[in-house]
Amino acid sequence: MSEMYRAGEHPDLPPPVETSGVRRWLRANLFSSVLSSLTTLVLAGFILWILKSALIWGMLEADFFGASFRDCASAGACWAVASARFPQYWFGFFYPSAQYWRPLLAFALLSVAVAPWLSESIKYRRELKIFSLFYPLIALLLLYGGAGLAIVETDRWGGFLLTLVIGVVGIVASLPIGILLALGRRSEMPVVRTLCVVFIEIVRGVPLITVLFTASVLLPLFLPDGMSFNKLLRVLIMVSLFASAYMAEIVRGGLAAIPPGQEEAARAMGLGYWQTMGLIVLPQALRIVIPGIVSSFIGLFKDTSLVAIVGLYDLLGLTQAILKETGWMGVKIEAYVFIGAIFWICCFSMSRYAKHLEEKLKRGHV
Amino acid sequence: MRIGIIGKAGLASLLALGIWASIWGSASAGTLDDIKARGVLHCGTGPGLAGFSLPSSSGEWIGFDVDFCRAIAAAIFGDPKAVKFTPLTAQERFTALQSGEVDVLSRNTTWTFSRDVNLGLEFAGVTYYDGQGFLVREDLGVKAAGDLDGARICIDSGTTTELNLADYFRTHGLEFDSVIVKGADDARSNYDAESCDSYTTDVSGLASIRASLPDPENHIILDEVISKEPLGLIVRHGDSEWGDVVRWVRNAVILAEELGINSGNVEKMSASSNPEVRRLLGTEGDFGSQLGLEKEWAARTIRLVGNYGEIFERNVGKDTELGLERGLNALWNNGGILFAPPMR
Repeated sequence: MSEMYRAGEHPDLPPPVETSGVRRWLRANLFSSVLSSLTTLVLAGFILWILKSALIWGMLEADFFGASFRDCASAGACWAVASARFPQYWFGFFYPSAQYWRPLLAFALLSVAVAPWLSESIKYRRELKIFSLFYPLIALLLLYGGAGLAIVETDRWGGFLLTLVIGVVGIVASLPIGILLALGRRSEMPVVRTLCVVFIEIVRGVPLITVLFTASVLLPLFLPDGMSFNKLLRVLIMVSLFASAYMAEIVRGGLAAIPPGQEEAARAMGLGYWQTMGLIVLPQALRIVIPGIVSSFIGLFKDTSLVAIVGLYDLLGLTQAILKETGWMGVKIEAYVFIGAIFWICCFSMSRYAKHLEEKLKRGHV
Repeated sequence: MRIGIIGKAGLASLLALGIWASIWGSASAGTLDDIKARGVLHCGTGPGLAGFSLPSSSGEWIGFDVDFCRAIAAAIFGDPKAVKFTPLTAQERFTALQSGEVDVLSRNTTWTFSRDVNLGLEFAGVTYYDGQGFLVREDLGVKAAGDLDGARICIDSGTTTELNLADYFRTHGLEFDSVIVKGADDARSNYDAESCDSYTTDVSGLASIRASLPDPENHIILDEVISKEPLGLIVRHGDSEWGDVVRWVRNAVILAEELGINSGNVEKMSASSNPEVRRLLGTEGDFGSQLGLEKEWAARTIRLVGNYGEIFERNVGKDTELGLERGLNALWNNGGILFAPPMR
């Protein structure tokens, strides 16, 4: 029995089975020819074999708890290296365990502070944005102490906490400084332009390791005797300046892509320089360079592991120190896989968010 | 001559900078006074070396080098916890000391001519006599380095250990195959996989490699060493009074062992009639105040941290995982070369 529809009101029918569905997709993509089918089977077998070995090594035959590698009796992985010092991986060797709630609260509030900038549909967006402006102070108070909370010196910070602090400070500081540098480099004022060009080119011409070494080894020699200047602060400043120079060049790429007509039109409407840039040019330019900005963030987050070479116990430095213990010296693969997974989760989330943002901001004309 | 307003401002700020710098400069005239004023000793140590300096699972620094920092703090403040440890990599250790970031370096550093003379540093005494040795499997039947003719030896590339080994084998007319490794990790896996018959580096390093093997009891470290690696405490040039404090804390823990004083019997020993014991423990003379410390400085150090033997046995000795023999680090009257000048 067939139903009657008025002209133009017939609902869309699903396409015939032969042109959609799993079977159709498999045939088109994996089994389109003999050679293709063969490749698919070989690769699938290989992937399954890898997965099976990884599962056996990492889960089925693994040991999860113990006080040293001697407690890992089975043939698989020895995750005890991660579990035995689990809290220290998050907060560092020396963060007092009675105060662990403070970094935990700071982590939780960080997601609250970041949320209004990431999503437009969130409730109380305006209030949360105001909160996020105060977040750095709140985080400093929680992590460092003061106002009734016990002081925890920065040399006691470590692990994921330190990685996150360096990463977030670098990311948050590098975007505005980078935008200013990029605008400065395109400025018509010769002094400003020269300063920006010199800064960007010098910083980009030097590897981050050198910059960090300078901060930790050379800088103290130039300072007056007896004046020591917090090592973490030195590292934060250097990482931020370093990331800013790269950010400046990414943003400049976006600025160059905006047709000069946009700026001229804004001027013709009577907008000043900052209004032109802030309302007309930058919103378009930044949208173009989102992938570049995010990949710079991801790079920066991973570069934080370089601070291990100046004696800070970030995730990598901490792991290296644990692996120096006689009880863990032989289980480096497990330890590095563990912190590698932490880095991967962070970087992958950033990359997925950027993809989402790109799709949301997609405009036909760009 | 006219100086513009900018010039005046520039001169004024230079002057201000000068005054500021001189205030900072004068603040560090006496390291000991600075330390007393701030209430905490700044001690540079290694970022991680089994038995010598390691952050423990309870968030405390532990190790042989660490205990010497605690001993100095105990002598000054009577509190072995009044230390701020700064983990320093091999590259930054000397700068940190020169720039005043740390007051003393207790970080497995070999006393050499160039470090002592060129870098503006002062070695305040040796705490540990290390030397390059050999780790071998017991079933190999090797008893001395001379038996290693034709052996495959794992060796760190680009280090002085490589040169020492080549020199030693050449002077003794022996042959060896070198298996080049990169760092302790790589050495451990190569040695464990029997890619080499022996691994050579400083004995303290060999001990930590041995302790990390699945079967440490089947490996021995040969008694013979082929190089001198005196590891010591280091201070800056230019403040001999502070250098004296560090040197005599080191001497005090050695004298204590020599005189039979340990953390357990120090109270009882202060009633001893032996004049040397009485001088060390502050019941006679004013040695403490001559150093700028309190009378019972050494007694506190011994009570809170222990004598040299206790520090050694607790961190690297026979009952620890490293299982090191005293060897050269035994007292001079007990077969070693550990020696402290008399206290009088």
